[in-house]
Amino acid sequence: MPTPTKGARMGGSPAHQKHILANLATSLFEHGKITTTEARARRLRPYAEKLITFAKRGDMHARRQVLTVIKDKGIVHNLFAEIGPAMADRPGGYTRITKIGHRKGDAAPMAVIELVQDEAGTSRARRRTRRPAAAPAVPAAVAEAAVEAEAAADAEAAADLAGAHGAEDLNESEDTEAPEADSEAEAGAEAEAEPEA
Amino acid sequence: MAVPKRRMSRSNTRSRRAQWKAAPVTLVECPQCHSQKLPHAACPTCGTYRRRQVLNPA
Repeated sequence: MPTPTKGARMGGSPAHQKHILANLATSLFEHGKITTTEARARRLRPYAEKLITFAKRGDMHARRQVLTVIKDKGIVHNLFAEIGPAMADRPGGYTRITKIGHRKGDAAPMAVIELVQDEAGTSRARRRTRRPAAAPAVPAAVAEAAVEAEAAADAEAAADLAGAHGAEDLNESEDTEAPEADSEAEAGAEAEAEPEA
Repeated sequence: MAVPKRRMSRSNTRSRRAQWKAAPVTLVECPQCHSQKLPHAACPTCGTYRRRQVLNPA
C-alpha cells in the first residue's frame, strides 16, 4: 500500500488537488510570498521545496520535470535562473510559513508562505550569537573570581615565604577582594539579563 | 423510538446551560509593539513575527 500523503486533502478530486498545488506553487514562485490557508501552506511547502531542489540541479531533465507542474515557462525560467542559484548554499528549508491568525468570514487559520530571502542560515547564526552572548557573562565572572582566588593563593604562598608580616597583608587583601568579586558577579548577571529584555 | 416522557423543567434546562462557557483566548504580548496577539502567529497590529516584518498591518 502506498504511503498516504501527509496533511489535509484539498479540492474535490485528486485531479483538483493536483491543480491546486500546482497553482499555489506557480503563484509562490511568481510572487515570492503568498497568503493562503494554513492547510494549503503546509501542503505546499514540501511540494514547492522539491521543485526548488530541481531548480538547484538545473539540468534539462530537471527543467522538463518542473514544466510538468508549472506550465508557465517564464516562471520556470525565473525559478531556474534566480531562485535556484539563490538557494545554492541552503541545505533545504527554502520556504517559511508564518501563521497570521484567522480569516474574517469563515475563521480559517491563515498563513503567509514565502521563499526564504535573507542570508544563509540566519536563524542558526542568530542562535549561535545569542547563546555565546548570554553564556560567557556567567563563566567570565566565575573565571575572574577563580583567577582572583589563585592570585590570593599565590599571595598566600608568597606571604608564607616572606614570613609573619605577610599574613596580615593577606587577610586585608582577601577582605578587599571578596566584595569586588561579588560586584562583578552582579554586573555579569545584569549584563545577562539585558539582552533578553 | 425512545422519547422523553416528561417535559424538562426550566430549572434543569438552565442548570445544564449554566455549564456552557466560553474559554478565554490565550494571548501573548507582541515583543515589537507590546499589543496582545495570538501566540505563534504574526502580530496583526504591527505585522511582525519575531521582529521580522511578515505582513502590512491593515
